[in-house]
Amino acid sequence: MSNPGTLAAAVVGADAFRAPLEGPRGARPRRALSRRNIFLYGTLIVVALYYLVPLYVMIVTSLKGMPEIRLGNIFAPPVEITFEPWVKAWATACTGLNCDGLSRGFWNSVRITVPSVIFSIAVASVNGYALANWRFKGADTFFTILIVGAFIPYQVMIYPIVILLREIGLYGTLWGLIIVHSIFGMPILTLLFRNYFASVPEELFKAARVDGAGFWRIYFVIMLPMALPIFVVAIILQITGIWNDFLFGVIYTKPDTYPMTVQLNNIVNSVQGVKEYNVNMAATILTGLVPLIVYFVSGKLFVRGIAAGAVKG
Amino acid sequence: MSISGNEVRRPSRLFRNLSAKIASIPMILTALFVFLGGTLWTVLYSFTNSKLLPRLKFVGLDQYERLWSAPRWLTSIENLLVYGVLSLIFSLVIGFLLAALLDQKIRFEGVFRTIFLYPFALSFVVTGLTWQWILNPDFGVQRLVRNAGWESFTFNPLYDQRIVIYGILIAGLWQGTGLVMCLMLAGLRGIDEDIWKAARVDGIPMWKTYMFIVIPMMRPVFITTLVIIASGIVRLYDLVVAQTSGGPGGASEVPAKYVYDYMFLAQNLGQGFAASTMMLVTVAIVVVPWAYLEFGRRR
Repeated sequence: MSNPGTLAAAVVGADAFRAPLEGPRGARPRRALSRRNIFLYGTLIVVALYYLVPLYVMIVTSLKGMPEIRLGNIFAPPVEITFEPWVKAWATACTGLNCDGLSRGFWNSVRITVPSVIFSIAVASVNGYALANWRFKGADTFFTILIVGAFIPYQVMIYPIVILLREIGLYGTLWGLIIVHSIFGMPILTLLFRNYFASVPEELFKAARVDGAGFWRIYFVIMLPMALPIFVVAIILQITGIWNDFLFGVIYTKPDTYPMTVQLNNIVNSVQGVKEYNVNMAATILTGLVPLIVYFVSGKLFVRGIAAGAVKG
Repeated sequence: MSISGNEVRRPSRLFRNLSAKIASIPMILTALFVFLGGTLWTVLYSFTNSKLLPRLKFVGLDQYERLWSAPRWLTSIENLLVYGVLSLIFSLVIGFLLAALLDQKIRFEGVFRTIFLYPFALSFVVTGLTWQWILNPDFGVQRLVRNAGWESFTFNPLYDQRIVIYGILIAGLWQGTGLVMCLMLAGLRGIDEDIWKAARVDGIPMWKTYMFIVIPMMRPVFITTLVIIASGIVRLYDLVVAQTSGGPGGASEVPAKYVYDYMFLAQNLGQGFAASTMMLVTVAIVVVPWAYLEFGRRR
């Protein structure tokens, strides 16, 4: 497509094939407004607008007063900007009997997410390290069960876990939920770390062994510092995953300790009272804010994180 | 024989690699007691008549008979099928097309990719509530078009039993296509530049190159993506809860919601176990052939 003349000449002989291609590289410079470009960028911009509209509507709605919402259309920018819905969503919106807003759910989510991320990654990284470098008999069997388990619908395992947690007295507590998040984060994280540690040159590991370093010493002194990028990927994966969780939150916590997503759903979908759409949208944005910030700050690492969930070992 | 020589020097098989074994205890416990044990437990108890508490009083296939004659379950399955098939087709097609467009050496690729993928960072609850608002008949798209002059325009998926599942589909696609695009883009980037050059030399039009050369070459990417989307579809729950709460009149119920409601709200554990076992069977139908093709051959 780029330069047919050169290429046609190149077909003459197999040996001559390579030489003309070594000439000027890249496509021939095109005019900026070719038909192809108009179509290409036009489509991309239209699609991009479609993806952006919901975010725009959310923000615009959250900045309007209720009278304005009743009169205007949802796409119109606010005539009178008010931050009252945000204040109300954060501090005074009601779920059931509690009227202290989403702030309660936010702090619950923080108290759930932070230890869950640390705990699940600590367990999974050591696990992946053991699987990659210290294989013992039967390790692969357990690992296979773990990976197969990642495909089992959560609904199959939620009730047995309720019983297990009740047995050890953690049902309905924060620590119970942290354990649940660690369990369900384990397959993908272990895979992530196992694959990373398996790609570390074996000589390094052997040299450390010869020098007399043991399991934990090699992990903390050699492997851990090298694996920092993969730790960042794992942290991104876990923060967004755990913050966005709804199912486990609703099952394994009590109304007082509901995470933000569950509380948000209760605020917006509660039947009593007049619906305050601006407050609802402010609350929705507030809940989505943490993963959005993680997404925009982390950029390519986020893509790596979700691709890690996709690429198999 | 050096091998047998090593064997003699080993102190004990159990204590060999002890630290690694201790470090793997969480994984072993999870694999055995949660993933394997939990699954077997649920399947076993799905054959009992457990109500408020699980008890081992077997009633054969009673729960399954009741399940498959429950209108709510049949609606759930139908919804899941419609949502699943359409969501698979649309997200694969849209995801691939977006990836192909982004792969044309365009400017601002990073910006476009960021925009297409950001919904994926949002939770299903946030997605569901956002689209609930946009599709609101009194304030959203319907009213906008009516205000513009088309008075009889009706687009009210969330309050119309017949099309409510499509309203959920719109939200689901908005949230999930970015991921498919990302996976497809990675697949496209993995295709050797020389293939494109060769196709150009032969004068094959671009769409034909995609259809008959590139897509067949991306088979593994497609299959992996398919499995990821499919196992996500079966779990469809939060989106429905947030967007419609299963309504109107139970028209947007899904299996995962059936399981939750029967286990934790209706105190009918047996039904919940039977329904979740059916979900497991559904996933197995998708995953087992894939796993067999993907990993079985290598052994």
